[in-house]
Amino acid sequence: MMILSGDKPRSLVLSVLLAAVFLALAFAPFLFPGSKPLNVAAKICIFALLVASYDLLLGYTGIVSFAHTMFFGIGSYGVALALFNYGPSWTMIVLGVLIALPLAAVLALAIGLFSLRVQAIFFSMVTLAVASAFAVLASQLSWLTGGEDGRSFQVPPALRPGNRLFEGEIFGVALNGRVVSYYLVFVACLVLFLLLLRIVNSPFGRVLLAIRENPFRAEALGYRIVVHRTLANVIAALIAAAAGALNAIWLHYTGPETSLSFSIMLDILVMVVIGGMGTMYGAVLGAALYILAQNYLQALMGSVSSAAASAGLPLVPGLFHPDRWLLWLGILFILSVRFFPTGIVGRLRQRATKA
Amino acid sequence: MTAIDSGAALPKRRADFIPALLPVALALAALPFIGSSSTWITLTVAGLSMGMMIFAMASGLTLVFGLMDVLNFGHGAFIAVGAYMAALVLAPLAGWTQADALWSGLAALLPAVIVAMGVSAALSIAFERALIRPVYGQHLKQILVTMGGLIVAEQLLYALFGPQLIALPLPTALRGSIVFGDAAVEKYRLLAVIVGLVIFATLILILTRTKIGLLIRAGVENREMVEALGYRIQRLFIGVFMAGSALAGLGGVMWALYREQVHASVAQELTVLMFIVIIIGGLGSVTGCFIGAILVALVANYAGFLVPKLALVSDILLMVVILLWRPRGLFPVTSR
Repeated sequence: MMILSGDKPRSLVLSVLLAAVFLALAFAPFLFPGSKPLNVAAKICIFALLVASYDLLLGYTGIVSFAHTMFFGIGSYGVALALFNYGPSWTMIVLGVLIALPLAAVLALAIGLFSLRVQAIFFSMVTLAVASAFAVLASQLSWLTGGEDGRSFQVPPALRPGNRLFEGEIFGVALNGRVVSYYLVFVACLVLFLLLLRIVNSPFGRVLLAIRENPFRAEALGYRIVVHRTLANVIAALIAAAAGALNAIWLHYTGPETSLSFSIMLDILVMVVIGGMGTMYGAVLGAALYILAQNYLQALMGSVSSAAASAGLPLVPGLFHPDRWLLWLGILFILSVRFFPTGIVGRLRQRATKA
Repeated sequence: MTAIDSGAALPKRRADFIPALLPVALALAALPFIGSSSTWITLTVAGLSMGMMIFAMASGLTLVFGLMDVLNFGHGAFIAVGAYMAALVLAPLAGWTQADALWSGLAALLPAVIVAMGVSAALSIAFERALIRPVYGQHLKQILVTMGGLIVAEQLLYALFGPQLIALPLPTALRGSIVFGDAAVEKYRLLAVIVGLVIFATLILILTRTKIGLLIRAGVENREMVEALGYRIQRLFIGVFMAGSALAGLGGVMWALYREQVHASVAQELTVLMFIVIIIGGLGSVTGCFIGAILVALVANYAGFLVPKLALVSDILLMVVILLWRPRGLFPVTSR
C-alpha cells in the first residue's frame, strides 16, 4: 500500500467504488468508445485532481478559498497563450507550464501571507475579491487573452485526432492522438493525485489537521500556523494550475467560461462536499458522480421543464429550465453542508467502523 | 493593585482622526492630476454618491459580523431583492415618476423604498432562521452555507423575474444636473449623498445615544459579558440582522436607480465590493465602513478617469495598501 501512502479507503464499499472508478477511467477509451464519453472521462480526471487539491485547503487545512478557479485559470491560460502565440510544439507546453506554475505560486504566497496572518475569514473574503478581479482582467485584456471569446489553439501533432500511433486497432478502437491525449491527462492526474495523498499523510499533513482541529493548540505546540496554511495554499494553487494546463491541452481551448467562471468554483465546492471533505478519495467520487449527473441530468431538467410548460403549470417551467441548474445545485449544496457534512466517504467509513 | 478612584472619569479612548482625513487627502491629491477643477468636482461628487450607496449596503454586514461573528456571504441577495422591489413598485407609479415636480418624484420613491426595505427585512428573518442559525459558530460551514444562499437567492430571482435586464428609469424630476460655476453635478447623486449622510448620522446616533446602541456596541466588544449581564443577545442580533438587510434593500433601490437597470447579478458583483469596503474599514466598525466606502468609490472614480485599465483592480490595490499600513483595517474593533 506504499503507493496510497498508507491511507487505505478503510471501507469495503468505498474500495469497490474507487476501484470501479479507477478501472473505468483507466480503460475509458476502450470501454466507452465515442467522443462524448471520452470527454466526460477526461473531465472527471481533471476535476478529480482539481477537487482533491481544493480538499487540501477546505478539508485538511480548514480554510475556504474562492480563488481556486483563478489558479486553474492561470494554468489554462499559461498553456493556451504559449501555444496560441508561438505555435504548437511540446516546448511551448513546457514553456506555458513554466510560466504558469511560478505565477500561481507567487500569487498564492502573496494572498496567503497577506490575509492568513489575521484571521481565516479574511482569507475567504480576500480570495473572493482577488479572484473576481482576475476574472475581470482576463475578460478585459482581450489583446492578450482573447476576452470573452477566449483562445482556441492547436496542440502538438502527436495529440491531434488525425495522428495514428500505428495502423490497425486494439479492441476495435483506433489509437489516435485523442486517445494519447486522454492517457496523458489520465496519467498526469493520477500521479499528481498520489502526490497529494502523499502530502496529506506526511507529517506536514498531520500538522495541517492539527491546525484545522485546534489552531490555538497547534500554535502552542510550536507550529507556525501562518506558514503551514500558506504553504498548503501554495501547494493547492500549484496543483490547480497543473490541472488547468491539462484542461487546456484536452480542450484545445481556454476561455473565461471553461476556466475562470464562478460556476466552476461552485462545481468544485459541491464536488468536495458531496464526496467528503478531508478525505482525498471523496474528491474522486464527488467529481465522478457530479460530472456524470451534470452531463445527463441537465437534459432531464429540460424535459421536465418543457413537460410542465405544456401542462400549463405556472412557475414550474421557469424553475426547471436548464439555465436554472445552479438553483438546484445551490440547494443541494446547502443541504449537503447542513445534513451530510462528512460526504459519501465519511458515511461509508462510519458504516465500516460500526459493522 | 492600585485603588480604584470611582470619582475619576473613565479613561477616554484617544480619538483616531488619521483615517477620517484619508478621503480628504486623497481628493486633494487627485486634483493636480485631473487638472480641471470642474471635472474634479464632478468626479468627487460621483465618488461620494457611489460611496454612500455602498456604505448603506455594507453597514449591516459589518455590524452583523462585529456583533455575532457571522459573516454573511449572502448579504448581497438583499440588495438584489431591494432592486427588484423598486422595479415592481415604480412600474405602476409611472404617472408620478414622469411628472416634473420634485415632490412627485420623491413621493414615488418613498413607497418603493418602504417596500424594498420591508421585504428585505422580512426575507432576512427566513434567511437567518434557515441558513445562519443551524451553523451558528462554525465559520467554515457558515461561509459555505451563506454562499450557497446567495446563489439560490440569485437563481430564484432569475426564475421569478426572468434572466433579462429590467430597465428602471430615474424619475424625471431627479434627472439632469445642477451647475455650480462650471461644474455639473447630477441631481440624483446629490440626493444619494444626502441619503447616505442621513443613514450614517442615524446609525451613529443610535449606536452612541440609545440603550440599544449601547448594547450593540458592548456586544461587539464582548458578547459573553453582555449575555452574562442578562441581555438576550440573540434577539438583538436578529434585530440588527433585519435592520442591516433592510439597509441593503435600500442600497439596492439606490443602486438600481443609479444604474437605471435591475439585474440579479448585482448581488455577486457588489458582494465583492462590500467585502473590500468592510475589510478596509475594519470588520465590525460602522465608521470604518463609512470611510472605507468613500475611499473605495473615490479611488474607483479617479482611477476610471485617469487610468481606465487600472480601475479594474484599483479597489484591490487600495485594500492592499491600507492593510499593509493597518493589518486589521482602519478601525479595528473586535478582538477576535
